Amino acid sequence: MGLDFDVVDLPEADHPDVGDTAPDFTRPLVDEEFWEDRSLASLTDEGPVLLVAHPMDGAFPATYVWNEIDDRGWADDVTVVGLSISSVYEHKDLLGERGADARLFSDPGAGVAAEYGIEHDLDGMTGVTEHRPAVFLIDGDRTVQYAWVAETWPDFPNYDDVDAAIDDL
Amino acid sequence: MTDEPPITLYRLQACPFCERVVRKLDEYGLEYRSRFVEPMHSDRNVVKRISGKRSVPAIVDENTGLTMSESGNIVEYLEKTYGGEA
Repeated sequence: MGLDFDVVDLPEADHPDVGDTAPDFTRPLVDEEFWEDRSLASLTDEGPVLLVAHPMDGAFPATYVWNEIDDRGWADDVTVVGLSISSVYEHKDLLGERGADARLFSDPGAGVAAEYGIEHDLDGMTGVTEHRPAVFLIDGDRTVQYAWVAETWPDFPNYDDVDAAIDDL
Repeated sequence: MTDEPPITLYRLQACPFCERVVRKLDEYGLEYRSRFVEPMHSDRNVVKRISGKRSVPAIVDENTGLTMSESGNIVEYLEKTYGGEA
């Protein structure tokens, strides 16, 4: 591109792909009023779930992704849940500003990131592992219908592809 | 569908009054679901909606259809309702 900056390639991710069963997990799930332990399965039992893993709340990619999700109104069509290492309190703050009708899983130890093969060890933040940007559209049987995982850092979902996948449900 | 326990405890992280209720629930081996709310009183509308007050702890017991707040009241209620089965 000739631009004077570095987009870092990330190692290949061994993540759940289309047709796989999305690994179940339980973490505190935050809405605008409270948080409680919820399993992914308890959400998919109620219908399709768009699981959006993102960098910690406050990082600009997290902000951009939620702005776009709000603009596209995905929460009107499917259950939209975020996933990051941020604490429940930070999630409450995020939901105060964006993420209308969405809920956020708090995974500070990045155990779900490990389970999903989307860990990202942050350079210059020793000891901090977070989720690389990733989107999984998971149906009511917990089968993955669409999957995207960042291959570079930073990287953003192809929102039109996600739109199409939601339409195809 | 995951089975949801009949008792829901609205609590605040690190609140000793809430822990008192938790101890009692554990003592009687009662299954409960924890819902954590904000430290800021004004941000606890969910608790106000279910119990009429913004104070925690508050419990909703679907076994008896009862909702109540204040740890002393809750502990007394749990003793009366479940103490005999302990």
